[in-house]
Amino acid sequence: MAVGSRALESAGFRRPGRLARVREWWEQEHVFGYGLILPALVLLVCLVAYPFGMAIYFSLSDYWVGSPGSFVGLANYREILDNEVFRQAVQNSFVFTAIALTLKTVLGVWLALLLARGLRFKRLLRGAVLLPWVIPTALSTLGWWWMFDSLYSVVNWTALRLGLIDPPGPNWLGMPGYAMAAVIIVNVWRGLPFFAITVLAGLVSIPREYYEAAEVDGAGSWGRFLHVTLPLLKPVLAVVILFSTIFTFSDFNIVYILTRGGPVNSTHLFATLAYQIGLNGGNLGQGAAISLFLFPMLAAVVFVQLRYIRKE
Amino acid sequence: MASAASRGARVRSAAFGYANLVPFIFFALFPFYFMLVTSFKSNAELYNLKSIPFWVQTGVITDHYRYLFARTDFLTWMKNSLVISVTATAVSLVIAILAGYSLARLRFPGVASFGTAVFVTYLVPPTLLFLPLSQVVVWLGISDTIWALIVTYPTFLVPFSTWLLMGYFRTVPREIEECALVDGASRMQTLVRIVLPMAVPGIVCAALFGFTLTWNEFIYALTFVSQTANKTAVVGVTADLIRGDIYYWGSLMAGAVLASVPIVICYVFFLDYYVSGLTAGAVKG
Repeated sequence: MAVGSRALESAGFRRPGRLARVREWWEQEHVFGYGLILPALVLLVCLVAYPFGMAIYFSLSDYWVGSPGSFVGLANYREILDNEVFRQAVQNSFVFTAIALTLKTVLGVWLALLLARGLRFKRLLRGAVLLPWVIPTALSTLGWWWMFDSLYSVVNWTALRLGLIDPPGPNWLGMPGYAMAAVIIVNVWRGLPFFAITVLAGLVSIPREYYEAAEVDGAGSWGRFLHVTLPLLKPVLAVVILFSTIFTFSDFNIVYILTRGGPVNSTHLFATLAYQIGLNGGNLGQGAAISLFLFPMLAAVVFVQLRYIRKE
Repeated sequence: MASAASRGARVRSAAFGYANLVPFIFFALFPFYFMLVTSFKSNAELYNLKSIPFWVQTGVITDHYRYLFARTDFLTWMKNSLVISVTATAVSLVIAILAGYSLARLRFPGVASFGTAVFVTYLVPPTLLFLPLSQVVVWLGISDTIWALIVTYPTFLVPFSTWLLMGYFRTVPREIEECALVDGASRMQTLVRIVLPMAVPGIVCAALFGFTLTWNEFIYALTFVSQTANKTAVVGVTADLIRGDIYYWGSLMAGAVLASVPIVICYVFFLDYYVSGLTAGAVKG
């Protein structure tokens, strides 16, 4: 291998010369750089950008499963906006996201503060806290479904024995308000670990000296939290909340398994309604239009992320 | 005196910490405990309103588990999930390593916009694209096969892993790479022999998350595959174990418990990777 290309050329070899030129071309930083991102680029163009364009096309046509339809302009959107069920789903999505996000943020920061104390069994505690986030959501939601069962609910069984409710107790998944509460509880249960563990990482990175300085200045524990912890957590908290906004808003698994959007559409979110109309109903045009309503929210979050957060 | 007082304060503070953690730990773990208990109860006990639901009173039984193996396609679903998760993760990892290294380390026109594009696709929720993708897999002729999932899972795995790996590649000192290049190594050799060994924690992390995300995936698996023999474990359990009568809870919980086992195993052995990957994904973003 130590034979140089010049030695080979002088000996009459021509092909290694061409090979060397290709190699030289490939070794250029920009060629190598583009070459390496090419597979990812092809994948993202074919299976993300192109389907996204298709979603827009579907939403502008009367496309049904098995019959490519014709262009109908904004008819699907007009029809959806007139639809009572869709308006209910919009309202549900905002209620669901607002309450679940607030609970996750408040409880998440509280849980992170508790975990940040120098406790024993630190690893074990973190492991336990993170578990709901790791186990397949669809499967753990089956467990919650059973816990909210109309007849054998363990939640009701306990509350009845403790005298908190009157028999027979609420039919959790059969009554609109309770059903919404149930899907929010499960979403908080599953999303809380993400908040707690990420905020915990932010907490650990705050230098101790800041707390000591605040203490010298006479700040109590609440004052320290308000004037040291919270301002320094803001960047981490902002990222976590933005991430969670997208994934709470576009949730599917929990609602699909617990209520299928019911009772009387009181828990439908964009994704579950799009599934019901686009796949169960076969109306791909309207289904695509509904799921595209997730896009403005996604765009807003991306904008805030790129504009404010990544600069810091 | 002072030290006694401060020790008292420390004990009180620790007690406060543990006492406040108890409800959180209970909230986090009770559903799993309850699923496990349910899966070992006899039907007679499960559907007796007078029995205490919190533990098994009339003897642990394994009938619900035996039912899974004898009467359902549970093992096929597990095998499908394993094949899909391992293949999709491996393919995505290779693509993401190449892209992540390029975006984190090399300088060429447009590199910043590519990085942003990866970040944006990382944020796109699967529920936005499942309808058009269901048509794409029909056109590709892989609808209703496990290939529908092997092909579509990289759409969320590649952006995620690329983003995660970019953070790890940035921590490899540039000087080491430059030394290798000066010594006559090609760029690809430098990547494979010098950079990759130093980014092993990141690669393990991306592989674990990839496996977990694909194993847990629900909406694509539910939408693109409908015949029982090609279902994943998660969809098989949720869709096929619910029978006409109401007495299916035991086997349903048994299926949910067993289908979670591979993830639990990864989790127990690699807990620290999960924690670091979770925070790296959000914090470094």
